[in-house]
Amino acid sequence: MSEIKKIKNLKEFSTSADRFEGANLLCPGCAHSIIVREVLNATNDDLILAASTGCLEVCTAVYPYTSWDASWIHIGFENGSSAVAGAEAMYKALKTKGRLKQPDRTPKFVAFGGDGATYDIGFQWISGCFERGHNMMYVCLDNEVYANTGGQRSSSTPIGASATTTPAGRVSYGEKMNKKDMMAIMAAHGAPYVAQVAPNKWKDMVAKIQKGFAAEGPVYINAMSACTTEWKFAPEDTIAISDLATDSLVFPLYEIIDGTKLNITYRPKNVIPVRDYLGAQGRFKHLFTSKYEHLIEEWQARVDAKWDYLQRREEASV
Amino acid sequence: MADTMELRDIEVWDGNMAASQALRQVQVDVVAAYPITPSTPIVENYANFTANGYVDGEFVMTESEHGAMSCCIGAAAAGGRVATATSSQGFALMVETLYSASGMRLPIVLNVVNRALGAPLNVNGDHSDMYLGRDSGWIQIDCYNPQNAYDMNMIAFKVAEDHDVRLPAMVHQDGFMTSHTAQGVKTLTDEQVYNFVGEFKPMNDMLDLDHPVTHGVQTEEDWHFEHKARQQHALMTVVLPKIQTAFDEFEKLTGRKYNLVETYNMEDAEIAVVCMGTSVETAEEVSNELRAQGIKAGVVGIRVFRPWPLEQIAETLKGVKAIAALDRSSPHGTVGTLYNELAGSLFNTGTNAVLTNYIYGLGGRDLTKAHLVGIYNDLKANMDAGKPTTPLQQYIGLRGPKLSFF
Repeated sequence: MSEIKKIKNLKEFSTSADRFEGANLLCPGCAHSIIVREVLNATNDDLILAASTGCLEVCTAVYPYTSWDASWIHIGFENGSSAVAGAEAMYKALKTKGRLKQPDRTPKFVAFGGDGATYDIGFQWISGCFERGHNMMYVCLDNEVYANTGGQRSSSTPIGASATTTPAGRVSYGEKMNKKDMMAIMAAHGAPYVAQVAPNKWKDMVAKIQKGFAAEGPVYINAMSACTTEWKFAPEDTIAISDLATDSLVFPLYEIIDGTKLNITYRPKNVIPVRDYLGAQGRFKHLFTSKYEHLIEEWQARVDAKWDYLQRREEASV
Repeated sequence: MADTMELRDIEVWDGNMAASQALRQVQVDVVAAYPITPSTPIVENYANFTANGYVDGEFVMTESEHGAMSCCIGAAAAGGRVATATSSQGFALMVETLYSASGMRLPIVLNVVNRALGAPLNVNGDHSDMYLGRDSGWIQIDCYNPQNAYDMNMIAFKVAEDHDVRLPAMVHQDGFMTSHTAQGVKTLTDEQVYNFVGEFKPMNDMLDLDHPVTHGVQTEEDWHFEHKARQQHALMTVVLPKIQTAFDEFEKLTGRKYNLVETYNMEDAEIAVVCMGTSVETAEEVSNELRAQGIKAGVVGIRVFRPWPLEQIAETLKGVKAIAALDRSSPHGTVGTLYNELAGSLFNTGTNAVLTNYIYGLGGRDLTKAHLVGIYNDLKANMDAGKPTTPLQQYIGLRGPKLSFF
C-alpha cells in the first residue's frame, strides 16, 4: 500500500511537481486542466493514464507534443475505460509472472472522459470495467455538453440549457430531458467508491481522490467542469461559476461508499438560489423571459428535492 | 508459473482447439475476449486452461468485442503478449479498434473464425468478415485446416512481435468447416512452442514507469500522412520477408513447409483456381482427378492475404492460360476481392491469361467437387478460346436461375 501524499495548503498544492503541463491547447478558463491537475497532484504514485476522445485528449497530445509526464493512451471516444482496464490487466499478469520492470512500484490506473464519453457513447465500456472490478479510477469531466465538437447536447445536459442540437428558439426552451444520474448508476455497480467533486472545493476533491486511490476496485469520480465556451461565461469566472454551482446545490458534493453508504461532504453556509447560478450563464439566458421563467422555479424545486433525498440517505446511512 | 500440459504427438483437435492450445503454449499475458459463434470455443477452451492452472496470464471476459479489442490495445500498449478471438458481427463491431491497433503499432494476435455477415443473420462460414478487415493495416494469414490453425498462430506471434514489424496479425480459419471439424494435429511440446516464438520483448511499454510514453496521439494534415506512410512501409517491405523467415525456421523445427503463396500441381499448370480456406484442399483433390484425365489443372492457395504477396502471385501464375478467382463473399457492387487482387497482380506482366470470377459458398453453403469440376471445365474452354467463354462473374451453388454479371 502506497503512502498517502500529505498536502498542507493550496499554495503548496498548486506548486508541487505535477505531471500535467500548463502547455496545452485547452480554452483559457477551462476547468478540465484544473481538475486533471488536482487529481494527478493528489498522489506521488506512478500513473498510467487514458483519455477518451474529447477536449482533454485533442488539446493535450497533439503530435509531436504532449502535456503529460506519465504514460498515457487514447484509443477512441468510447473506450478510455477499457484502455486503462487492459493496461491494469497487463500489470497484474506481469506481476504474477515476475516481469515488471519496477516490481516494487504500484502504479495507479486512471481514465479521463467527458460526459459524452461517459454518460453516452462510453457507458457500456465503463459498466463492463466496473462489473469486472478492475483496479482503476474513472474521472468524468462533466461539462454537460459535447464541447469538443461544438456544443451538442449529451445525456448530461440539464433541462432548459440551450445546446446546438437542442437550441432554445421561438417554440423551444432548449434541452427537454433531465440530466442522467451517473452517480447513482455507478454506485449501483457496487463500486467501492463513487464521488462527485468540483475544482473550486479542492480540499474536498483531494480527500476524495485519495480515498479513491486507497480503495481496491473501480472508482468513479464525477467532476463538475464549468465550460467557459459552451456555458457562456467569461474565462476568468470559472471558479466563481463553480462556487455558484456548489453553493446553489445544483452540484451537491457527496460520496457513496460500497454502493450503500452516502455521505454529504459539503454543506454551504449560505445556500444561494438556483436562479443566481442559471443567470450567470449564457446557455440559460432564454429562461429569463416571461415565456420560460416558470422553468426556473421548476429547477429550484428539483434541486431542493434532490438535496432532500441526499440528506435522507445520509441520515439513514444507506 | 503455469503448469505444463503433456500432449500426444498427434492430438485430435478441431481448429478452435488448435488455436486455443497455441495461445496457451505461447503463454499469452492478457487475453481479453467476448464469445461469438463459431470462435467461442477458442475462449472457452482457454478459460478451461486458466481454471486448471495451465495459464498464469490474465483472462478478461469483456462486455463486447469492441471492449475486448479496446482492452487488448490497452494491454498491448502496457507491454506484453496479447491475443483474442472473434467472428463475423463481433469482428464488425471491432473494426474501429482494429485501425487503432495497427496505427498504434501494437502486436496483437486475433483469431478470426470466418463467418458470414448479416443480414440475414447467419452463423456459418464465409469470408465476408476477413474481407472487411483487409484495409485495417493488420497482417492476415489464412488457414485451411486445424493443423494450419495451430501452426499459423505461432507464426503470427513471432512476426507481429518482431521489433521491425510491430503490427497486429489475424489468423483466419473457416467457421465450422475448420473450427468445428476434428482432425489429427501434430503437436509440439510447450517448451518447443515457447522457444520458437520467444520471450516477449516490450517496446514503448506504458508499464516502464521510468520512461513514460504516449500512445494514440492526435495528428492532422501536418503529420497523419507521414504516420500512415510509415505504417504502410513496414507492412509492405518488412512483413513478407519476416513471415518467410519464420516459415523457414518452422520447417526446420517441424518439417512442415509453408509458403506465402501455396501451390499444388502448379509446375506445368495451364489452368488454375485461386482460393482460400477449406476450398483449397477440395480443389487439390479435384485437380488430381483432372490430372489423371490429362488436364493440366493446378491450385493456388492464398496463405498470406495481407500484405498481399503481389510479386509472388504474379510469378506463380505467369505461365497459366486461364485462371478462376474464387470468392467466398458477396462482392456487393463489383467483382470479387480475389479477382481484383489477381487482376492487379497480373496487369503489366505481359500475361494473356483469361481471368474469371466465381462467387460461392455464401453463408456456409458447400463448395462441392462437382462445382470445381465445372469451374475447371469453364477454364479449359476459356484457354482453348483464348478469351472468356462465360460471363466474367458467375454465382455457383446458388438455387434458382443462374446469376452472373459482366
